[in-house]
Amino acid sequence: MILPPLLQQKPDIGAMIFEHTGDSHIVELPFGLGEWHLPGPWKVGGIDLSPTKHVVFMILAAFLVFVTMWYAGRQIERRHREGKGPRGLGAAVEALVLWVRNDVAVANIGHGGERFAPYVLTLFFFILYCNLLGLLPWGSAATGNIAVTAALALTAFLTIEISGMMTLGAKGYMKTIVMVPPGMKGAGAVIMAMIMTPVELIGKIVKPFALTLRLFANMTAGHFVILVLLGLIFVFGTAPPAIKGIVVVGSVGLTLFMMFLELLVAFLQAYIFALLTSVFIGLMRHEH
Amino acid sequence: MHNLLMLLQEPSAAAALNNNALLGAGIGMGLAIIGAGLGIGRIGGQAVEAIARQPEAAGDIRAAMILTAALVEGATLAALVFALLFKLA
Repeated sequence: MILPPLLQQKPDIGAMIFEHTGDSHIVELPFGLGEWHLPGPWKVGGIDLSPTKHVVFMILAAFLVFVTMWYAGRQIERRHREGKGPRGLGAAVEALVLWVRNDVAVANIGHGGERFAPYVLTLFFFILYCNLLGLLPWGSAATGNIAVTAALALTAFLTIEISGMMTLGAKGYMKTIVMVPPGMKGAGAVIMAMIMTPVELIGKIVKPFALTLRLFANMTAGHFVILVLLGLIFVFGTAPPAIKGIVVVGSVGLTLFMMFLELLVAFLQAYIFALLTSVFIGLMRHEH
Repeated sequence: MHNLLMLLQEPSAAAALNNNALLGAGIGMGLAIIGAGLGIGRIGGQAVEAIARQPEAAGDIRAAMILTAALVEGATLAALVFALLFKLA
């Protein structure tokens, strides 16, 4: 007796997942309006600089951040002039901004942290909008691209190091690279410096590297889980209706749960990126 | 059932190599998750204990908990990304 196969391999779920989370030159337009083929390739010195799907969604996220902040700022200013407190979206944005500024930036950077608050706020809101755009139908999370997160981490790295140089001065900054334990002199100090210098340098590189991978892997992994759960329906496509029914109900239920979890993760990852950047800036500025 | 049995059949040499890589990736992912589970579980447990002992410091404890959990998670996710490379490479 030949049994009908319970699991079918036909729709390649793995390939589908990578196609969905990966970058491409085609943007799928919502409501079946077709596809937008982006121009390209623009070769500059052997490197393709043409825009991709993630670039489009990054620009969209930046534009939405601008619109939100501009509207909220105007509203708060206007109501302040009238002697009233902000309301609606303005109040929500004000609460978030004050929380990021006071509890994330200033609390972790220490005194003088107000100067870094605009940068930390930009990071927070840009990453948040990028993450949330990935949860929309037809949307794509630009932060699920390692190049995007690496660029964000590079700005964090430059901010950390340059703020360290400005605060500590040339001599103080060199001390964060060539570490000599206090109280050691002569040959002992030289040996310790030779051992600790590579460690300190690796420590400087690891921070932005960890920021890059954390954001990228969190966003990609969440989308993977959702797509795998939905893909189960297609894998069980030829199964008997009773089994298929159970799979569909379970898969959709778990996907709904994962979508809510992703909503939490979108906020949490934006918070963590901003928080860790502030902590690293604070550590650098208070190095002795 | 058919396809599950197919998996047990003798694969070709190239497929065997690829399957070993996938097996390694799977085991590596599992080990990374065991470590992360132990680490983050301990962070969460201790944080809840600390909040129960000192509810007025809940905000500070929660911030420290998320920060530490994020650091543990970063190392885990690096392991997962490298394990995923076995699938892609």
